[in-house]
Amino acid sequence: MKNVSELKKWYISNFKTFEASLNGGSKHPFHELRKTAIEEFESLNFPTIKDEEWKYTNVSPVLNYNFKVETPSSKISKDDVKKFLFDDEFTTLVFINGKFSAELSGTNKKTKDAIITNLSDAIKEHPELIEKHLGKYADYKENAFTALSTAFTNDGTFIYVEKGKIIENPVQILYLTDGASESAFAPRNLFVAEDNAQFKVVEIYAGLNSNVYFNNSITEIVAGESAVIEHVKIQDEALDSFHISNTQIVQERNSNVSSYNVNFGGKLVRNNINSRFNGTGGECTLNGLYLTKGEQLVDNHTMIDHAQPHCLSHELYKGILTEKSHGVFNGKIYVRPDAQKTNAFQENKNLLLSNDALINAKPQLEIFADDVKCTHGATVGRLDENALFYLRSRGIGEKEARATLIYAFASDVVHSIKITQVRDRLEEMLADKLL
Amino acid sequence: MLEIKNLKVKVEGNEILKGINLKVNKGEVHAIMGPNGSGKSTLAQVIAGKEDYEITGGEVLFEGKDLLELAPEDRAREGVFLAFQYPVEIPGVSNVNLLKNALNSIRKYRGEEEVDAMEFLTMVKKKMGLVEMSQELLNRSVNEGFSGGEKKRNEIFQMAVLEPKLALLDETDSGLDIDALRIVANGVNKLKSEDNAVILVTHYQRLLDYIVPDYVHVLYKGRIIKSGDKTLALELEEKGYDWVKEHVNELAVG
Repeated sequence: MKNVSELKKWYISNFKTFEASLNGGSKHPFHELRKTAIEEFESLNFPTIKDEEWKYTNVSPVLNYNFKVETPSSKISKDDVKKFLFDDEFTTLVFINGKFSAELSGTNKKTKDAIITNLSDAIKEHPELIEKHLGKYADYKENAFTALSTAFTNDGTFIYVEKGKIIENPVQILYLTDGASESAFAPRNLFVAEDNAQFKVVEIYAGLNSNVYFNNSITEIVAGESAVIEHVKIQDEALDSFHISNTQIVQERNSNVSSYNVNFGGKLVRNNINSRFNGTGGECTLNGLYLTKGEQLVDNHTMIDHAQPHCLSHELYKGILTEKSHGVFNGKIYVRPDAQKTNAFQENKNLLLSNDALINAKPQLEIFADDVKCTHGATVGRLDENALFYLRSRGIGEKEARATLIYAFASDVVHSIKITQVRDRLEEMLADKLL
Repeated sequence: MLEIKNLKVKVEGNEILKGINLKVNKGEVHAIMGPNGSGKSTLAQVIAGKEDYEITGGEVLFEGKDLLELAPEDRAREGVFLAFQYPVEIPGVSNVNLLKNALNSIRKYRGEEEVDAMEFLTMVKKKMGLVEMSQELLNRSVNEGFSGGEKKRNEIFQMAVLEPKLALLDETDSGLDIDALRIVANGVNKLKSEDNAVILVTHYQRLLDYIVPDYVHVLYKGRIIKSGDKTLALELEEKGYDWVKEHVNELAVG
């Protein structure tokens, strides 16, 4: 591993280049946030396996590179991006190598019900909304990666839905990378549903070639009172890439947020998904699926903060691990003293398909209230040989029988996604990857 | 159709089948009876291709082909079907999808065209009636949450859809109440033809009141010690398996 303090200096010196590249953006008040974040970054250390939250995930491979924070140009066409998208009719935002491509995206901007736009425009056009929320939930004072991503915030997606409005057409956001090797990107998303508003959004991360790159993304999701949000994140990065993401959800009274976190790609992947109930009567679903092979490491850390009474959370994470791959599931449910009548259900199930595959599962319940219903559990198993024989004895070939069983294992997570086109595509992707 | 010659099988070092000989022609129904632990289920599973067994001798020919050389799926595609003693629950795989995939795999192997969705559904509807399967069971995950009777009916339903040449029914009768037994037996009888064959593996004679066998074989301690027609089953029912054991002892002494 490289000298970490040298690497920090590298990123800090990169910040100067980055500032210069912002075309006057460094004069905008928003830039204060970047500057504060880089200062915080200076005083923070990258996590090591001595940190409890990073015990099973050694990030040193990410620290072995001097990633350049830049946005290489690209000649990707509309046809190239088509296969990553779900439906032509969806509101579409495409980012190539971290940069918004108006040409490849749809024309949706501001309507009377909602703002759906790229972040760098939103910073200029809706500074008060950005100022109110951005950086308020993903804490850049605690974690070096979050600080780094915040400091290098350049573009991403801003969704803002007005009070009481329902945006039925899902938003699909593609972060596609085909850039020069050793580039780092900091996609930044802010999704806000005002009181009683609703929307659905899908983030897709993918790479077109095998270059080593680093996506360090942050998504902040704000659900106002009685708001309903469905959030899907599909991580299908190139297999030599790194992906670290931080999703922070805040939920006001009676809001309902569902998060689906699907992972196929990446060499080293860490997803943090946290939700906090700020009001009573909220409901939160955190579901996840990870399918790993080779020497991939996929680490999912979730935390649901039951800070208020009468809230309900469901969590189901399923992992399918093959070859020498490594999975981590760390799911914390925190029930604060006031959070009476909490219902929290958490389950993590893993299928290990080789002797060298490894899963570290750590379900955690921390309960400080006494009138609650909470369950959690983790299982690790292998493919059911009896079921395999049963299918084969009906004439189904061994490979297909295996794929059928693995698919069946994953199916309840896939079927829990409500956007039909996404569900159908995931079924195809799974079938593709399993056969 | 099926010819088993001096088949010897070990499980975890213990010899379970000690030289089985059996010949089944098309159009025939054979019953294999015997006390628990005699090797009946082992025989059925070895024919279907379960891999937990060590075959130490003998051969199994199916229409002249060496069955033991074939993978379980290829045995099914050749026309062998095992109705499981304990049908496996497979959450997340629907009954109807299993059947469609199975049927198309078999057809593909035989160089036949795959069935389309409409054709398949029409055919399935027809076969459901044979064992009084409900639409609800058809759409549910394979055997998941089924009662014992529903599981056994589902096995016969699968048999009806896949139309095997040789069906092995492994204690399909055990645990069934008389109504369910009649439904299952009735289904099997309707599927029976001049071109296929059925081997019933059973502990009790009752099933044979409903599916009348052409031959009855008594399996005891890994060997077929007695073969006869359907009257053998009745005799067995009347005298019990102790009679068989004595018979074996007599043979040993004699």
